[in-house]
Amino acid sequence: MKTLFNTTLAAVAAMVISFNATAGGAGIHLDPANTDITDEASLQRGAQSFMNYCSGCHSIELMRYNRIAKDLNISEADMANNLMFNAEKTGSTIFSSMPDDGAKEWFGTTPPDLSLTARARGTDWVYTYLKGFYADDSRPYGVNNHVLENASMPDVLWQLKQDKSERAFNQDVRDITNFLDYVAEPVKLIRYEIGAKVLGFLFILFILAYLLKKEYWKDVKYGKWRAKD
Amino acid sequence: MDNNKNWIDQRFPLTKVWNEHLAEYYTPRNFNFWYFFGSLAILVLVIQILTGVFLTMHFKPDAAHAFASVEYIMRDVDWGWLIRYIHSTGASAFFVVIYLHMYRGLLYGSYKAPRELIWILGMVLYIALMAEAFMGYVLPWGQMSYWGAKVIINLFGSFPIVGELILEFILGDYAVGDPVLNRFFSLHVIALPLILVVLVFLHIVALHTVGSNNPDGVEIKKNKDANGIPKDGIPFHPYYSVKDIVGVVVFLMIFTSIVFFAPALGGYFLEAPNFVEANPLKTPDHIAPLWYLTPFYSVLRAIPPMFGSQLPGVLAMFAALLILIALPWLDRSKVKSIRYRSWPYKVALTIFVISFIVLGWLGMQAVTPLYSLMAQIFTALYFAFFILMPWFTSIGETKPVPERTTEH
Amino acid sequence: MSEQEIDLKKRRFLTGATSVVGAVGVGFVLVPFLSSWMPSARAKAAGAPVDVDVTKLEEGQLVRVLWRKKPIWIFKRDKTVLANLPTLDAELVDPNNTEDQQPVYAKNPHRSINPEIAVIIGICTHLGCSPTYRPEVGAADLGGDAWKGGFYCPCHGSKFDLAGRVYAGVPAPTNLIIPPYHFVTDSLIRIGIDPKAS
Repeated sequence: MKTLFNTTLAAVAAMVISFNATAGGAGIHLDPANTDITDEASLQRGAQSFMNYCSGCHSIELMRYNRIAKDLNISEADMANNLMFNAEKTGSTIFSSMPDDGAKEWFGTTPPDLSLTARARGTDWVYTYLKGFYADDSRPYGVNNHVLENASMPDVLWQLKQDKSERAFNQDVRDITNFLDYVAEPVKLIRYEIGAKVLGFLFILFILAYLLKKEYWKDVKYGKWRAKD
Repeated sequence: MDNNKNWIDQRFPLTKVWNEHLAEYYTPRNFNFWYFFGSLAILVLVIQILTGVFLTMHFKPDAAHAFASVEYIMRDVDWGWLIRYIHSTGASAFFVVIYLHMYRGLLYGSYKAPRELIWILGMVLYIALMAEAFMGYVLPWGQMSYWGAKVIINLFGSFPIVGELILEFILGDYAVGDPVLNRFFSLHVIALPLILVVLVFLHIVALHTVGSNNPDGVEIKKNKDANGIPKDGIPFHPYYSVKDIVGVVVFLMIFTSIVFFAPALGGYFLEAPNFVEANPLKTPDHIAPLWYLTPFYSVLRAIPPMFGSQLPGVLAMFAALLILIALPWLDRSKVKSIRYRSWPYKVALTIFVISFIVLGWLGMQAVTPLYSLMAQIFTALYFAFFILMPWFTSIGETKPVPERTTEH
Repeated sequence: MSEQEIDLKKRRFLTGATSVVGAVGVGFVLVPFLSSWMPSARAKAAGAPVDVDVTKLEEGQLVRVLWRKKPIWIFKRDKTVLANLPTLDAELVDPNNTEDQQPVYAKNPHRSINPEIAVIIGICTHLGCSPTYRPEVGAADLGGDAWKGGFYCPCHGSKFDLAGRVYAGVPAPTNLIIPPYHFVTDSLIRIGIDPKAS
């Protein structure tokens, strides 16, 4: 019985470990993004960079401006004045400023919506991708990407890469990645905290339920259960 | 109060039901850890129905809107994210609980006479639950939903002659699309839940007719006192109700930990590619069903196509599922519980559990020659457990079963 | 106390405590489920304030806009109409706006910020139909000479004057509702937000 239980357990453990080992996938080396969703300043910088460098072509149409303002502690006025380039109402979702057919003509494809990219691909992928452009004259924009072969996107961050130290540039990219991680799952900002409270509550309930069970089971233990009170 | 009770009792057997199924339903006193999972399964069913009802209020069963409506629930609906995460975690939790519940049956021979019907109803429940989970998984209309639906539905196309017809029948179209989403939605939110609830009811009625088995595998009804109460029985209420509450709270602590801290559980409960909307033009790099279906998926892939047809694999997969129903008649052992079984059964059960888990793991991996070979070996071992059962349950020395439950 | 005695007091206390904490837990669980019925972020965004430019609005003309999925009438009243309003008081249920059917800044004889420009939610206070605009004085089907222009509800025949006040003797019990609004500029009305001053 014990051995059976142990073998079962060992097999489960082995399965979990090996699954994690293979989860990386396609064999491209990804740098760890090391983003921290609780770092509000980083998220704010990321939002700023996103609006400046990305929102011209990419939408995040599952996200509303006022949600970002509220979650990241940006005043709605600041939001409207500094970050809203493509909409008038703070309740609108975030569309790019580019018409779809224009995009097709310029890039050969419609730039994808980025609402869920960080969730579908992972933050490491986004981080490495944004840093992964290299010169390649055979491509229309003179750049190619290590992570996504023949990406149609130009290296929009090249100016930053040129002007800043590597460290500062990495931080910029990390901020954008962090922001996209937040955008992919906004409730990530709050669910840990709520979860801790829920667990605390359940723990209290557990203590009471356990004492209650122990109290009643004295009857069984000492052979004294009664059919009726 | 008593007057009210009388009034009702004259019109409805309230007190009678309460007594027969709770206050005077005598349950073996020696239940252990493994006996929590029945009530937990009911709890998860209730959680799924409750969250499902509320998700249905915001979900749009339309190929053009389904994906966005799930994200609408995740973002725009107040607390919608929590309801959705509870439901998605609940789906996997259901199978965790059910697998442990079934394993308990294997450990203590709970399927053996006179409990064959409980086991059969349980297996039908299990199969219905798989259908329910699979159809639910299609609804968010992400890449994995879409391609998963495609692969599973295509299995039915492997039947000779009528395959094509069956496919068109299921699809209501020539490929996976709006009609599939709509009919799966209907089945997922109405038909299958109703069937599940009825089956659970029958499962419990059957259980309460013969009474629960226990870790010693002794029939407590054989030893009654002067009042006709089993000597090793205790009333379900309050003893097991208070005990199950503890189990429920512990379960909820684990459950909410996943819901709040790791709702995707590293891709086991929510797969990353499913956060990309269904795209009929591009198959994801690697597709696999969710973990609870992968053992059978492995069996499917283990059997190579024969005569240019996938049919043998498909039949093997269904056989792997349906053979479980025959268990009560394959087991020839005189004793029920693992505690008193002969060593061949213990060895066989261990190999079976390992095979099941390895097959489950293989079902998540991309196919390589080594993995294919492993899948074939473990598929053989899986079936061997059932086919050889009449033999290995009738050999070896069993330990004497006590008259009464052991103090534990 | 021997271990074998049953401490009923302790048992009752623990049963009570577990039940109370459990009930509190059920209460917590209800919050997300009930909250999910409230207007979602999308509904709120769709119900955002609406701007209406009234520069080109002519006297007697009525425009309809949707705010929070409700029809809002914006129409311009000339001097005759405004002069007629007090003369109707005797025929009305609530000529002085005692019922709370308008913001304080519209609690005046013309029920508006700017006397000429009326802003009214075009939903009958009886059962929610949208009344029709009948500005023509003396309309034969609406009482002939006594009719000074107003609104007529086709569903159950309720009548309102050109300030949205309800006539006596019709099914609708109260005056039409005035939404919150303010003038952003002299010619731009924003419906949905009160003026800052108030």
